[in-house]
Amino acid sequence: MSVKEKVRNYILENCLFTDDQSMLVNDESFLEKGILDSTGVLEIIVFLEDEYGITIEDEEMIPENLDSVSNIVKFVGTKQATA
Amino acid sequence: MCGIAGILNLQPARPVGRSELEQMVGMLYHRGPDGTGYYQDETVGLGHARLSIIDIAGGDQPIHNETESVWVVFNGEIFNYIELRQELEKQGHTFYTHSDTEVLVHLYEQYGEAFVQHLNGQFAIAMWDKRAQKLILVRDRIGIVPLFYTQRDNRLLFASEVKAILPVLGERPELNPAALDQLMTFWSPVSPQTIFKDIFEVSPGEQLVIRNGELSRSRYWDWTFPEDEHYATGSEQALAEQLHDLLIDATRIRLRADVPVGAYLSGGLDSSVLVALIHHYGGVPLRTFSIGFDEKSLDESSYQAELIEHLGADHSRIQCGSADIAENFVDAIWHTESPILRTAPVPMSLLSGLVRKNDYKVVLTGEGADEVLGGYDIFKEAKIRQFWARSPQSAIRPLLLKRLYPYLDISKKQTLVYLEQFFGAAIDNPSLSYFSHVPRWITTAKCKNFFSAGMKEHLQDDAHEVIEKSFPQALNRWHPFNKGQYIEAKSLMGGYLLCSQGDRMLMSNSVEGRFPFLDHRVIEFANQLPPKLKMKVLNEKYLLKRAMGQYLPPSITKRYKQPYRAPDIPAFFGGHTPSYVDELLQPDVIDSYGYFDSARVGHLIRKIKAGRAVGYKDNMALVGMLSTQVWHHLFIENYQSNCLGGRR
Repeated sequence: MSVKEKVRNYILENCLFTDDQSMLVNDESFLEKGILDSTGVLEIIVFLEDEYGITIEDEEMIPENLDSVSNIVKFVGTKQATA
Repeated sequence: MCGIAGILNLQPARPVGRSELEQMVGMLYHRGPDGTGYYQDETVGLGHARLSIIDIAGGDQPIHNETESVWVVFNGEIFNYIELRQELEKQGHTFYTHSDTEVLVHLYEQYGEAFVQHLNGQFAIAMWDKRAQKLILVRDRIGIVPLFYTQRDNRLLFASEVKAILPVLGERPELNPAALDQLMTFWSPVSPQTIFKDIFEVSPGEQLVIRNGELSRSRYWDWTFPEDEHYATGSEQALAEQLHDLLIDATRIRLRADVPVGAYLSGGLDSSVLVALIHHYGGVPLRTFSIGFDEKSLDESSYQAELIEHLGADHSRIQCGSADIAENFVDAIWHTESPILRTAPVPMSLLSGLVRKNDYKVVLTGEGADEVLGGYDIFKEAKIRQFWARSPQSAIRPLLLKRLYPYLDISKKQTLVYLEQFFGAAIDNPSLSYFSHVPRWITTAKCKNFFSAGMKEHLQDDAHEVIEKSFPQALNRWHPFNKGQYIEAKSLMGGYLLCSQGDRMLMSNSVEGRFPFLDHRVIEFANQLPPKLKMKVLNEKYLLKRAMGQYLPPSITKRYKQPYRAPDIPAFFGGHTPSYVDELLQPDVIDSYGYFDSARVGHLIRKIKAGRAVGYKDNMALVGMLSTQVWHHLFIENYQSNCLGGRR
């Protein structure tokens, strides 16, 4: 399963509590749509670290990396490439 | 406290049956285990379950006037009954008991429906004027004592708890979808709605008069604040002294009882003030009760111990863990008669059980100080947000949010971004009447994402519009701080803290709570204070600390305010999951009850079991849904056995 699919499924199941794929648009801001709050972001970080064996530094916990499916996919790709 | 119940025929009909009244009063045994009493005539039936506190030998109810033309059943206490009795005797009234109840009938003879204006107390009263064929139902100003009613088959049914109305309802009750929608936004339905369809509460400060089959409602008291900043004048010192003296008197008259009176001690400022007042001015032995939690982050035992040592109280403490909450949750919902969003009421039931085991049946508590004197974080948040709203683009102003949560590292961009998102809600509309409460209500309303499609179809009115309509017109002319106080007093305090977490948990063990900070004289005085004396910059309850700090160790007055919390999700999924939780959250049970979407609930449960549900929203959603399922199981699915068979 691709990073995008896994991230989408994680957010759909754990933040939106649904299997309906139409509920999540890849480029939509989690903040603006109220999909995630600060606790939700922490949950995502734990998920990404567990799933992809990466470590996310404090300074990386910013919306540019974590505020949409597309941002997360890009960020994980960069982290994996530099690992 | 006690329990009252009754039936009024709204049109000529068969007289009220004694067995009906006995069924109703039987459901209130926990409120009044010391005896029962009844009054019946061709039009009305009144019932009473007694918890004897004043005039143990002679205070049985119903009580009547000299000519037996006015009858009353009453739940609560009239704290100024001694002074009222003296005045009434001077006016020629003759008493046949020494109870506080009897002043009610004579006050009514003297002042008519305005009698309630003379009372200082906590009460739910049913007064029958036989000559005028008029029933008066009235509830205390603040909403400390509950009272519910409904109309069915040309009869008015009323009682201290809904469960006493249910046996004579004539049909299975239903959930009120609008009330659940409101509860999952504001923590409680908007008064007079209840979670039971077509069953209402008498609102705090409201009087109902029923005559010739017609019911009229009027508000005899409400929280009100100065307009145009016409606040009380006087030096800080003088105002602190007035508050000091008022609190002494409010405490003194709440120690009136023919049984010993104890106090709850949380370790926070408010209960510490109260315990210090009893110690210095009460003239009674200092007997205190507290609760400790296994979970260290929730436990305040060290502060409790410090004050006990400081004042020398005779203290009892009960320890509460997750298993205790799971084990007692169903019983708690039987008593709250309502879904709840946190488990916090359950330990309060264990605490009242401790009081009762120690042969006490009256306790003073510090409830209300935060609402009256400005103690909650929500008031701080609103103050910062108002300041921020003056310049919404400012990068500096939201940094003040740091002051709210000193333990958060806001230097991290991530933390500030999300705090800004949370507290920035409605930042472009600071004149909104409920501006102070927008962030909380948005978070709470996330619970509603779990509503089923069928449930959503039943919802017609926007919850925010409903609550806004319940505000007095003058609210928009009050200072933003006072608006927040009003909304807090009417929603969270009136609809949850004083009932689900207050009266119901106390009375589940036949214990009466008394609340000196909610003496209406204290409220009326405090409401005239400039907001800056309640919260000086961001120092909460400033004037209270100034007035009462002299009695307390600095560690209590200077400590960081810790909200009272209990374990939520960990109580049910931390180790052992009780069978009722598994059963009531099964998809087929969720679907058959119909309130929630079983697929969504399934996702939440899987998240919980994976150990990933750690946020407030998930905790509130789980407790809210589980308590709704328990509520349905108790009052609807098992209506026959629990409400007609008399579950105790």
